[in-house]
Amino acid sequence: MQINRRLFLGGAAAGAAVLQAPMVLGQGKPRVVVIGGGAGGATCARYIAKDSDGAIEVVLIEPSEVYYTCFFSNLYLGGFRDFDSLAHRYDKLAGDYGITVVRDRAAGVDRAARTVATEGGESFGYDRLVIAPGIDFKDGSVPGWTPDDAEVMPHAYKAGPQTALLKAQIEAMPEGGVFAMIAPPNPYRCPPGPYERISMVAHLLSQKNPTAKILIVDPKDKFSKQGLFEEGWQKHYSGMITRIGPDMGGTDFEVRPGTMEVVIDGEAEKVDVCNVIPAQMAGTIAAAAGVTDGDWAPVSPADMRSRIDEAVFVLGDASAPGDMPKSGFSANSQAKVAAMVIRAELTGSAVFPAKYSNTCWSLIAPDDGVKVGASYEPTDEKIASVESFISQTGEDADLRKATYEESLGWYAGITADIFG
Amino acid sequence: MRGRRRQVLFAALLTVPALSAGAESFKAPEARAEMFGDADHGAGIWDECAGCHEIGPGAGNRVGPPLTGLFGRRAGNIDGFSYSKSMARMGADGLTWDWRTLDAYVENPKALVSGTRMAYGGLKDPQDRADLIAFLRRYSDGPEDIREAPPTARVREVDLPDSVLGLEGDPAWGEYLASECQTCHQRDGSDQGIPSITPWPEEDFVIAMHAYKQKLRPHPVMQMMAGRLSDEEIAALAAYFASLEE
Repeated sequence: MQINRRLFLGGAAAGAAVLQAPMVLGQGKPRVVVIGGGAGGATCARYIAKDSDGAIEVVLIEPSEVYYTCFFSNLYLGGFRDFDSLAHRYDKLAGDYGITVVRDRAAGVDRAARTVATEGGESFGYDRLVIAPGIDFKDGSVPGWTPDDAEVMPHAYKAGPQTALLKAQIEAMPEGGVFAMIAPPNPYRCPPGPYERISMVAHLLSQKNPTAKILIVDPKDKFSKQGLFEEGWQKHYSGMITRIGPDMGGTDFEVRPGTMEVVIDGEAEKVDVCNVIPAQMAGTIAAAAGVTDGDWAPVSPADMRSRIDEAVFVLGDASAPGDMPKSGFSANSQAKVAAMVIRAELTGSAVFPAKYSNTCWSLIAPDDGVKVGASYEPTDEKIASVESFISQTGEDADLRKATYEESLGWYAGITADIFG
Repeated sequence: MRGRRRQVLFAALLTVPALSAGAESFKAPEARAEMFGDADHGAGIWDECAGCHEIGPGAGNRVGPPLTGLFGRRAGNIDGFSYSKSMARMGADGLTWDWRTLDAYVENPKALVSGTRMAYGGLKDPQDRADLIAFLRRYSDGPEDIREAPPTARVREVDLPDSVLGLEGDPAWGEYLASECQTCHQRDGSDQGIPSITPWPEEDFVIAMHAYKQKLRPHPVMQMMAGRLSDEEIAALAAYFASLEE
């Protein structure tokens, strides 16, 4: 046994030595460039750096100095967390893991030359490129709204100043005022996100402005965890929330930022806050790199490799991975698979069968948490769901409280897993 | 046996240099699941059903009920459709349409619902049934939008490659597998809302994972996570967690 083991290790070392010569760039260490420092990009950078023990140079290109997580930003809106608790920095990735963190925005990718250009004028060559830019909004998907209107009608669907703005607007609502949300069409980041947000806004209003009303204009027939949310809204916020689905005109709307109106099915409604969550697509750098097909970037189910360029991996919201929803948990899960495969390609480390999973907690009211989750396996066609579960309606209060507390543990766990 | 596995792995490593040139010769991890069936082929079989059933947006009651959104739906649950007593009773008893129940029903309708009014003799070929049901699955909620939607694929019973099995109980394999645990359970042993799992004596860990796998322990996330782990994977994880210092 011991001898066999040593033989095995010796073999591995010999293999690695032969490997050095024909490395893709030929000279020095192989380099992985990661575009985007969110749940997908930062996790992937960290795992490659951590597990390759310095054998791979990792460059992370991210314009923000401080990253605010979209997940849990609704809890800030509801008053359950402070804004700073959403903030994460890259100092551990740089200091503890030796990742080169470049505070700049990726402007373009030359896939033939294998280089990434930044807005600041720098250029980085790569052996493997990871693109994880998250989402951008589709022009014209909400009639009457452009990104310039986000200061008046915030999207708050990329966390940060937008989230703080939305909260300030909710707190400034007149007594008995109206909060409106334009919900997005599928597919979009975090399927239960808009409805958890409604729950949190309702909680805040029920404390400070109990006669206020909430109006959801929704182009979708149904949404994730619908039964759980509707049960909770009835129980905690009875009479406060109205949802206008497609059967009531939810697909026929426009907004008027100048007059703070929402027009539904031809009828103008005056509102005090309007949260516009537009239709979404992959962060624009993915299209600029030429790895999208339609709105999203197709990937190989086994390893998140771009279907268009085998030196490129696309993670998280920007990818079209099949059955996995767009979420921070999904992106983190995909990133670990890609990191394992990239490391194996560049250093000869072992390849293991991919594991993908996603669990998502939502808070409906204080100590009333619910969750939904699924595990996924690659098939030849797509990453496919093989098992799923969801919290049940009518669960007792202790279980809901435990579920909420579990979500706090998860936040601490996943942010440590992403940012070190 | 053990020695042979190591040698296979050794041989595999010597071929590694070819991989470094790029992705062409790199062997991606093997797909461990398969789609329920070939939906495109199933579309052809659907022609037999289309005389009585509609499917897709706006489908309504005809001789049979509409089959849009069938997966996850209780049997006998469409408003305005006149079901047999037998089907209504099965629905009330909890029959829900999923891969398994549809497979049984399509194979032999009266075997599952004795008094069903569906005048159909059944589809005997398992692959044809799989393809038909894969076609039907297209018209129910997609898990990418409705996360709790029923699965679209099933796990294939695959033999893990020798190169992986050779690492049984090996912390390196466990370390990769553990990355999935560490989304929630923190490496440093923090214990807030989610229990610490480091360090954990190897034997206790193995027993606990099997208890989740068999759904003896109640937590749904852990049942799902452990449910997909092979015995070898549990062993590798146990070795890894046992190796961590507190």
